[in-house]
Amino acid sequence: MSTTSIGAIVRGDAAVFPPFLYEAYRSTLRRAPGRPLVEVPLTLSELTGPGPAMSAVMPADADLTRNAGTGGEALGQRIVVTGRVLDAQGEPISHTLLEIWQANAAGRYVHKRDDWPGPLDPNFLGIGRCITDALGVYRFLTVRPGAYPWKNHSNAWRPAHIHFSLFGPSWGTRLITQMYFADDPLFFQDPIFQSVPSEAGRRLLASYDHALTEAEWALGWRWDIVLGGPTGTPFENSEAP
Amino acid sequence: MRTSSYLTASQTVGPFFHDCLLRDGAQIQSLVTPATLGDHIRIAGRVLDGNGVAVPDALLELWQANASGRYNHPLDARDLPLDPGFTGYGRTGTNAEGHFWFETIKPGPVPFDATTMQAPHICLAIFGRGLLNHLLTRLYFADDPATANDPILLRVPAARRGSLLAAREATSDRVVYRLDIVLQGAGETVFFNLSGEVA
Repeated sequence: MSTTSIGAIVRGDAAVFPPFLYEAYRSTLRRAPGRPLVEVPLTLSELTGPGPAMSAVMPADADLTRNAGTGGEALGQRIVVTGRVLDAQGEPISHTLLEIWQANAAGRYVHKRDDWPGPLDPNFLGIGRCITDALGVYRFLTVRPGAYPWKNHSNAWRPAHIHFSLFGPSWGTRLITQMYFADDPLFFQDPIFQSVPSEAGRRLLASYDHALTEAEWALGWRWDIVLGGPTGTPFENSEAP
Repeated sequence: MRTSSYLTASQTVGPFFHDCLLRDGAQIQSLVTPATLGDHIRIAGRVLDGNGVAVPDALLELWQANASGRYNHPLDARDLPLDPGFTGYGRTGTNAEGHFWFETIKPGPVPFDATTMQAPHICLAIFGRGLLNHLLTRLYFADDPATANDPILLRVPAARRGSLLAAREATSDRVVYRLDIVLQGAGETVFFNLSGEVA
């Protein structure tokens, strides 16, 4: 890997969020903004957001091992991925939509622009959705994704990961991120993972949890997600019950 | 009370999001039906990188109030009409030449604080390969007199405000407001960081 220097422009807390410019991840070189972000206060435009409406209309679709609609089951190690979605105060965020996408067990995406010679699985689309319950809990059944090569640097491989997209209650809580597996050997050479400050990077790792493992069925992985941004309703305390 | 140090970090959306985030029903390029109240407009532009090259794999999201200036959200309980069927949310991707568009309506004005209004605006979020965090910006209407006094726009250095102003182009069958998103370099779009303080 090439030498890394960390850019100065960071969204929010520099201890948590990656910089926009992270030279080892080459795609940031011409896409990272070069000017400082303009700090703005929260207005009704940012305190609101599409989360509540989207969560009401999007169907749940949380079993990726069978949702290809072929009648067949995806190949690979069956896993449960579950956890809670919380706000910065540790309160659960209920009834919010999660959308996920991932490579199959061989490390191949269905996507038309993924053309490395890993095999496709006709019974696996690699996309899923679900909505958190009243306690903020989400749960997917899927197969463990494989690692895959990319052209960022010599012999570059992405660690196995699942992409997560979340709304939360406001425009300011929107988050797209990636979940990794704590036992993966590939982090040392992955600039996308390494772009996150180390302690915050550890929080992107799902933990194996035997209590979640279902006997003779699927291995259990736990990963909690904490959304920043405004999640409260400033007016709620003054409203009549 | 927990602090931001517990937050989950952002990661790039990567190049392979389309089948999930833009599949049928998940892509929302038109927010309107013929019955939607307000001035029907198209928002159109390109996403360009620091070399001025089209970004063919960006994801854009849009959030706006309805024509009355009301957000479709439980927090906005003001006595203004909701427009059934108008969520105010859009999501699309750029094409091979970096173009994007949305069919929507011009939003009404919304409050800044207890005494001040904001000019009509549309919130935009840009995600992409090479963007480790998404970018937040706003589209304002260059031909709206309220734009000049918008309290958010006034926080932007004057020389850079133009990057947020969409120009009106009227054709025979539609009104288009055009705004390019320049990620880096000359003409770079102003991107925002939310301070966490309520206005």
